[in-house]
Amino acid sequence: MIENMVREFAEKEIEPVADELDKESKYPTEILEKMAPLGLLGIMIPEKYGGAGLDAVSFAIVIEEISKKCAATGVVTEVHNSLVSWPIIEYGTEEQKEKYLSILAKGEEIGAFAGTEPNAGSDLGSMETTAELDGDHYVINGQKTFITSGSEAGVLIVFAKTDKEKGHRGISAFLVESDMDGFQVGDIYDKMGINANHVSELFFDDMKVPKENLLGEEGDGYKIALSALDRGRIGIAAQAIGIAQRALEESVEYSQQREQFGRPISKFQAIQWKLADMATRIEAARLLVYRSAMAEDKGGNVSKYAAMAKLFASELAVDAANEAIQIHGGYGYTDEYVVERLYRDAKITEIYEGTSEVQKMVVSRDLLR
Amino acid sequence: MEIIVCAKQIVDVSDIKIDDKTNEPILKGVDDKISDIDKNAVEEGIKIKDELGGNLTVLLVGPSEATENIKELLAMGADRAVMVPWDGSSSYDVVSKIIAGAIEKIGDHDLILCGEASLDLFSGQTGPRIAALLDLPQITYAQSLDAEDEKIVGHKDVGGKVVSIESTYPVLVTVTKEINEPRLPSLMDILGASNKPMDVWDAESLVSDDLQPGLETVEIKGVPMERKKIVFHDDLDESIEKVVEKLAKEGVLG
Repeated sequence: MIENMVREFAEKEIEPVADELDKESKYPTEILEKMAPLGLLGIMIPEKYGGAGLDAVSFAIVIEEISKKCAATGVVTEVHNSLVSWPIIEYGTEEQKEKYLSILAKGEEIGAFAGTEPNAGSDLGSMETTAELDGDHYVINGQKTFITSGSEAGVLIVFAKTDKEKGHRGISAFLVESDMDGFQVGDIYDKMGINANHVSELFFDDMKVPKENLLGEEGDGYKIALSALDRGRIGIAAQAIGIAQRALEESVEYSQQREQFGRPISKFQAIQWKLADMATRIEAARLLVYRSAMAEDKGGNVSKYAAMAKLFASELAVDAANEAIQIHGGYGYTDEYVVERLYRDAKITEIYEGTSEVQKMVVSRDLLR
Repeated sequence: MEIIVCAKQIVDVSDIKIDDKTNEPILKGVDDKISDIDKNAVEEGIKIKDELGGNLTVLLVGPSEATENIKELLAMGADRAVMVPWDGSSSYDVVSKIIAGAIEKIGDHDLILCGEASLDLFSGQTGPRIAALLDLPQITYAQSLDAEDEKIVGHKDVGGKVVSIESTYPVLVTVTKEINEPRLPSLMDILGASNKPMDVWDAESLVSDDLQPGLETVEIKGVPMERKKIVFHDDLDESIEKVVEKLAKEGVLG
């Protein structure tokens, strides 16, 4: 029923505007406003804080259905629900949960996760942003980049070093509100795809953050970031499956309509095999996503399975979108057909929240420990 | 106000394909769902309940696995569900008798709402048949409703003129899809639906008549529609003229 509800929502509210959002690089504010009362911005947030209190499998289902119609809205929703809400659920104090989870669940503010820096992507330990305790405040200075919803978010988890000598063990996590003094949004990037997602630079200039906004303990930041990214990767894998599924559905439909040599191109084995390969890999990827989500829900090695799911699903998304364009031929290369957008949107799934190479590191580290 | 909404589980007709060789619909792998216009009826019932107070019961006669789909109507806002598993004849007369029997067992009812027809067979018979069996007045094909405590007025557009029909309660009303936009249940509503009461009643116990259908469905076949593949190669104006002429000849244009 959840899948049907989200599918219907996405068909009615997202699909009709997705092209416009992409072409005009418009943030999906109105869609998010409509998602909030349906509980889609508080999927895993417990009911006592205004969320739906659902599990990670449900989260993956929601993200896939949204991403099928607009991958950019998919990642905004994913980051809000997993990278931002989940660490607060897991590591937040009761006061932090009451204050921030209810805001996030109601969609009063959108969440962002500020970890990446110009010189610290996959290598979080090399981050340069600092947080110094000064009385009842931390003073944060530094810069972040490639932050999903960075220019739109009201609640952010910002990672900064409270101890520069300790490498990644010196990183701490802070709950930051965008109206805090010293918070500044930099450039919003022009990107290849997921254009409706505004990805920006952030600057912190003597930004004062109350001491009670420290998430977890000092030095917990690295652990919080990695465990949040594990959950996030389930979402990105689901997003990638949404893109791949759309590529498949568009290809099935087009190949039955497009006639060449007197018959629909779906009658040619070359096309049939492409469709069969896409469908088979999508099902396999979906099972891998559910496997990782179940590891989260029932207890298990989330890191390994989430990395496998993201690795497999993101590469599938790129391949499926590529094949979809091939099936559409010249038309697929134009913006008349959605497969062109799918191709541009798919590529980022191999990069953000850990590149494919990083996922392989995570998997192999688990195998060889 | 005691409101009962009758709903039907159907196959998702948009997913049905027709077998090239036999012309029969391919139902394998096609999902089941609640007939769309029945959701309009539920939506209208919820609105009336919210305005006038009362209870809303959804009633479904159909395959036993429909208990999953009926939860969607509970998630939308119905207070209670009555499910009558029935895998026997789906003939309108039989199903209408079972529904009427179930309504009598439910007891109090001021307003019975039905979709104008189900999207699978679209006969539009069930609502009027139930009204006849229960000896109730009926308003059919309502495109809007004004419900008050003592009376209800249904409006429908018939060829550019609006006809309004007023009735006291109890009454049966069938609604069209234009009447409203059914709400989507939130995730919280979906979770809450499992905690709402659902009675499951035996069909045979609801009807004293025998349940032999008066109508037999011999076969259901798709109407093959083949492309004519006519291409007009003249210049645009001439081609348009020829297309219009051709369409008029085919009876497509009036």
